This record gives sequence, C-alpha cells and structure tokens, in this order.
Amino acid sequence: MATQTLPAGTQGAPAQTAAQDKAPAASRREPGKTRFDVIVVGAGPAGVSAAITAAKAGLSVLILERGDYPGSKNVMGGVLYRQPTDVILPGFWREAPLERHLVEQGYWLMSERGATKFSYRGEDWDAEPYNAFTVLRARFDRWYAQQAEKAGAILVPETTVDEVLVRDGQAVGVRVGRDQGEIYANVVILADGVNSLLAKSLGLHQEWEPHTIALAVKEIIALPREKIESRFQIEGDQGVAYELLGSISKGMVGIGFLYTNKDTISIGMGCMLSDFARTGIKPYELLDQLKQHPAIKPVLAGGETREYMAHLIPEGGYNSLPKLYMGGLLVVGDAAQFVNALTREGSNMAMISGHLAAMTAIRAHQRGDFSAASMAYYRDLLENSFILQDLRRFRKIMPFVESRHELITVYPELLAELLQDFYTVDSVPKTQLFRRMMRKIRARRRWTSVLGDLWKGLRALS
Amino acid sequence: MDVHAIVCIKQVPDTAEVRIDPKTNTLIREGVPTIVNPYDIHAVEEALRLRDRFGGKVTVISMGPPQATEAIRKCIALGADEGILLTDRAFAGADTLATSYALAQAIQHLAEREPYDIVFCGKQAIDGDTGQVGPGIARRLGIPQLTYVLQIDSFDPAAREVVVQRKLERGRQIVRAKLPALLTVLKEINELRYSAFPDMLRARSYEPRIWTVADLDVDRSQLGLKGSPTRVRKTTVPTPRQAGEIIAPATVAPEQAAQRLLEQFEKTGVLKEIVELTGGNAAHA
Ligand SMILES: Cc1cc2nc3c(=O)[nH]c(=O)nc-3n(C[C@H](O)[C@H](O)[C@H](O)COP(=O)(O)OP(=O)(O)OC[C@H]3O[C@@H](n4cnc5c(N)ncnc54)[C@H](O)[C@@H]3O)c2cc1C
Repeated sequence: MATQTLPAGTQGAPAQTAAQDKAPAASRREPGKTRFDVIVVGAGPAGVSAAITAAKAGLSVLILERGDYPGSKNVMGGVLYRQPTDVILPGFWREAPLERHLVEQGYWLMSERGATKFSYRGEDWDAEPYNAFTVLRARFDRWYAQQAEKAGAILVPETTVDEVLVRDGQAVGVRVGRDQGEIYANVVILADGVNSLLAKSLGLHQEWEPHTIALAVKEIIALPREKIESRFQIEGDQGVAYELLGSISKGMVGIGFLYTNKDTISIGMGCMLSDFARTGIKPYELLDQLKQHPAIKPVLAGGETREYMAHLIPEGGYNSLPKLYMGGLLVVGDAAQFVNALTREGSNMAMISGHLAAMTAIRAHQRGDFSAASMAYYRDLLENSFILQDLRRFRKIMPFVESRHELITVYPELLAELLQDFYTVDSVPKTQLFRRMMRKIRARRRWTSVLGDLWKGLRALS
Repeated sequence: MDVHAIVCIKQVPDTAEVRIDPKTNTLIREGVPTIVNPYDIHAVEEALRLRDRFGGKVTVISMGPPQATEAIRKCIALGADEGILLTDRAFAGADTLATSYALAQAIQHLAEREPYDIVFCGKQAIDGDTGQVGPGIARRLGIPQLTYVLQIDSFDPAAREVVVQRKLERGRQIVRAKLPALLTVLKEINELRYSAFPDMLRARSYEPRIWTVADLDVDRSQLGLKGSPTRVRKTTVPTPRQAGEIIAPATVAPEQAAQRLLEQFEKTGVLKEIVELTGGNAAHA
C-alpha cells in the first residue's frame, strides 16, 4: 500500500534504508527527498497511538519528538485506562511498565480542617484485565514508543518540528530544526500537545484563552512500598486514586489528585490559568499547602520529593475545539483540546483520537486522496466516538462551574460542618441537632440558591 | 584526496548516573544509561571534520556487547559513514592489553581492503581512566602515536604528514608526525556538531557490521580474559576532597600570608614535588 501511493521519483522509508545498507557512504550525502506516508509530530500517547495503528497497516511512519526520549517532557497524574489502550495494543498491560492497577477510586471533598471522602473499592477491578492503572509517563511513554518502532515506525528524538510545509493549502511535510530538515509526507499528524504552536501557526486555532487552560503542578514523592501499602490498605500491585476538591483550591476552579505508584506517590493540583492570574496565588505554594492539609500530611509523612513538574491542561472542551484537519493534516490529543476535565480523561482521548487519525490516513492511502475532503472522515469518526459526544455533553459544565466558583469551597465546608456535628455525641437531643444543622446550611447558602445550584448543575449536564 | 579515518569508540556507563554499591565497592551498572565515552565522541567529530574537508570516509570501530550498537548509532547520527562492532564472548573481560590487541587486529583486517590515513581515540575512557588503549593500538600497528591532542595544526594527506598540539602538564608541545598516525584527543579539540536530519534518520535503523573472532586473524590466547594480565586486587571509593584553605589578602598581612603558604607547602610536600619535577628549575622561577 505504501509504495503504490507515493508520487513518482520519491522513496518510501523502507526502500531508503535498504539502499543505505548497500552503499552507506554514497546515500549519506545524496540530498534526495526524504519521504514517508505519515509523519507524526510528538511522541505522547496521541502520536504514538497514531503511529502504531498506521504502521501496523503497513504505512511508512516517522515520529518526530523534541525530547531526549519519549516521555522525557511529559507530565500526567497519571491514571491510564485499560480499555482504550487495549484497542491500540491488545494485552499491553501484561508487558507495559505500569505502576499499580486501581482497586479504589474516589473524591475527597476538602474543607479547611478535614475531608469528606467518597470512594469506591471494587473487587472486580482487582482481576485481569483490570480497569485502570497508575503510570509514570517517563517510563510508560518510552515503552509505548518502542511498541510503535516494533510495528515498523521510525522514531527520531531530539528533533523539534519548526514548521508544517504547506503547498496550495495542502500540508505536504514538515521542517525540523536541523540541517537538511525538510521531510515530506502524504499525511502529517499533529500530536504536539497542549501548546500546539504548529496548529496555531497554521491558523487552526487561536491563542487559548486563560480560562480554558489549567496549570497543573505535581510532585512525585518517594516512600517505601510497605509504607504506601499500609497507609492506603493495598497490597501487591493494587493501587488507589483520589481526586481532591474544595478549599484547597482557594476559591479557584481546580482539582487536586493523589495517586499511588509502586514506591512513589503522585500528588498534584491544577487550577485555571485565569484564576491564578486573578488571585496572584503561586502554583507551588498551593501544592505546598495541599501537602500540609491534615488529610494529606500523614499519608506523605517521611516521603522525599523526587521530581517536581508543571504542565498545562487544555480544559476548554467542546467550546474551544480548534479546526481538526486540513488537506494532508490531522490534529489529535491535547493539541485538539481533547480533555474531559470533569472525569480526568485525557490520555484515553489522546490515544483514541490518534487511532482514528491513523484510520483516516490509512483510508486516504487506499484511495490516494489526501485532500481536506478526505481528511474530513476524521471528524466523522470523532463525531461517532465518545470523544466528541462526551465533550459536547459536558460543554456547559465548565462555564457553569466557572460562573460559580464559590461552590467549590462552600459545599465541602458545609458538608464538613454537618458531618462534624452529626458525629459529635454531646448529649444534645437530635431534634435540636438537626435544627442546628439546618441553620448552618442556611447561613452558608439560601435554600433557593441550593436548589438553584442543583437545578443549574443538572441542566448543564443534560 | 579522500581520507579514511578510523575512530575507536567505547560505550561507557553515564557517570552522571552511576552509583557505587557500598557493600561490594563495585559500579552498579544495572539500569544505568550508557553513552559514548565523552572523549571518543570528540574523536569522531575531529575525524568528521577531516572527512568534510578532504572527502573520504569515517569508520567507527567498537569492541563490546551487542548493546554497544547504540553507541555506534550515536556516531552514525553525528555523521560517521560506517560502524564495525567487534562482539564475541571471546573478547569479553579484556583489559587494556587485550583490548588494544583486538582493536589493532580489526584495524589491520579492515586496512587490507580499505587502507587508512589516521586513527583516532579519546584520551581515555571515563570508566577506567587508564588511557592505555590508544597507545597500545599504535604500538601494535607500528604507527606514530600522538596522545592528548588538543588541536590539529595541519593535516596533509598528499605529503602524508600531520602536525598537532599536545597538552602537557605545563604548556603545549607541537609535534609533526608521518601518516598514518594515531591520535588520542581531548574534549577541547572541538565543539560537537548538531546532527543533520538525514544522519539522525539513518542512525535509527543503522546496523553495524558485526565482526566476531572468526572474522579476524587473531591469536586467541591474547584475547579477552585469557589475554589480560591485569588483576584487580582491590577497589576503593575515592575520599571526597576537603575544601582548601583560602588565605584572603584582605584579612591577612602579606608577610603572614607568605608564611602561611610556605607552611602549607612544607606540610603537603608540594614544593618538593615541584622541585623534583622541574629538575630544580622551579626554585628559580
Ligand atoms: C498534571 C496532569 C495530570 C493529568 N492526569 C491525567 C490522568 O490521570 N489521566 C489522563 O488520562 N490524563 C491526564 N492528564 C492529561 C494527559 O496527560 C494528556 O491529555 C495527554 O498526555 C495528551 O497526550 P498528547 O499525546 O496529546 O500530548 P503530550 O503527552 O503532551 O505529548 C506531546 C508530545 O509532543 C512533543 N512535542 C511538542 N511540540 C513538538 C514539536 N514542535 N516537535 C516535536 N515534538 C514536539 C512533546 O515533547 C511531547 O512529547 C493529565 C495532565 C496533567 C498536566
């Protein structure tokens, strides 16, 4: 399939390698056009997934990554979901460098001095093929990219794509920041992450607005395995993942997380860029304070910070989707804003969108048509998948939360007060206690407002 | 006037990441990333510069386990034309004597079809710090050896002559030698280039030529552990250096400062060492 569709006089990658084996010295200095069926920019989950699917179908694929190796620059909580990854690499979880499989997930609603914990632990999650895993991206991404190489893709790290080459409105390749750096392809897949300078320079999207981007900071904290397991009541490779909401974000729209790895804990916090700007709060101070919270401090006690990182998360959702394709080019993963902030889904959308982009590239090669009309098939696939359906369904929720950010603080505090009263046995008759609790609710928020919050919240979800 | 330059390279553990097992006092090699010995990569760069100037070819040779392919690929990415990996159980456990023997035999074998003009090595490998392999190869090939080279002043393939600057304890020495010659180089000799994209691409799937003992005309008793007379009696972890004393002119009178310095010289024996080294000349300096 690969060679049929190549324009005359050009070489596919496999042919080129063969020629080099015979006469390495000669071909090294022959500046012939370097050409692939597909060029993928960025070796994160989105790009690597696209590369695996395309290479498995026999296309010649080049992945370009600016980091020293895939994952060297990547940050994620991170929870990796089994099913979407299985679509691309069936049975990956038997070999991949994963940390722990989740047996419990939940939300901790944080008040100033306490936490109300909702979590679910399920026995089904403790059995193969599992439901989700914690991962450290530096290790996982590296392994994942190796699977793309095994499928036949060529990965060149330490190489930044500076520009997409466009001829007559059609993307025809890229230029990297190295000598003789023009490389040609029928399809370019942009998987360059949240900032996607390339999509921006092509005019596919505007500068992201600060209220559509979250800034997350994260630490990896080392602790002996036994300590982690006893503190979270887990054993073997079992793990837990909690999202943290409430006063810890200091009135900003944001969420924290606490995940167990093998011998480290990932803890982090992300809030909207616009809120950081508005409040002047420094991200690392926020994380430091979170680590001092009475519900967090004891589980981290004695730990040693291994790594500290910061990264952006595109949370604009459906309302700020960029243009997702043009002739010869598709945008996937974070570069396309495919993140569901509410359900902490990003890696899965990245992987599946990469997969769908590869399917589009495969179909385009079968037809020999790389025009915008042919690329539009990608949009159809996305519309029929959970990606655009979920993003559309959740499109009103972020604006709703943003318009009432006080809710993030009010309800966890209220809940804490009520539960504290409820569990305080102080010889006060229950009728009196309930009356006191009602008064507290009213003091915090009028009944009509509570109903309003509920009603509008539900409407935003429907 | 094509030039054929051969560069001997070694894959070494990245010392930035090396840890020492406190119980056994040996390097923990497991899980430690590897790199091309930092001096060797400058040797490759210097060879490439000759090739770029005169035309010709750079061949990289390494002896090591199959994983050393990665090190050769790094050199290909920089622009080397070809790589040869000597890999065989019989080579394993070699000290500097056996290593230089194997590399010299490989170079000779290569030279039967592709005569060379110059051989490059790094000044030493960072995992052994001996600096013996380069000179060992030169001796066996019967060619001039120019060690600790920090600059090539001239290279004339027609007149078959090279002039280099060697770094000595104090100062530089300018030496002229006949080609072919073997140079061991310092990092200061050049700045590494930023690889061109086609070279990066070629390196990713490059397979070096593999030579085993059967490919070479060798005396097996001189190879590997068998051919290595070196015995490691004991290894110690160097004690960290203590911070030196600073005699600040602002706080100490000049006479006192001089006195203190002399006392320190006396105590450490530095002065005596300098006098011996210079044959007494330092005393007048
Ligand atoms: C703190 C934090 C926690 C998160 N937690 C979770 C979680 O628990 N679960 C979840 O599913 N998602 C989570 N996410 C979201 C998830 O990390 C992303 O959605 C996902 O990584 C997107 O993948 P991607 O491949 O699109 O982009 P990335 O992973 O960002 O990869 C982009 C790659 O492109 C490379 N690149 C960029 N520009 C260029 C260029 N010009 N040339 C060459 N290479 C380039 C980069 O180096 C990078 O390797 C989290 C994100 C953050 C920041």
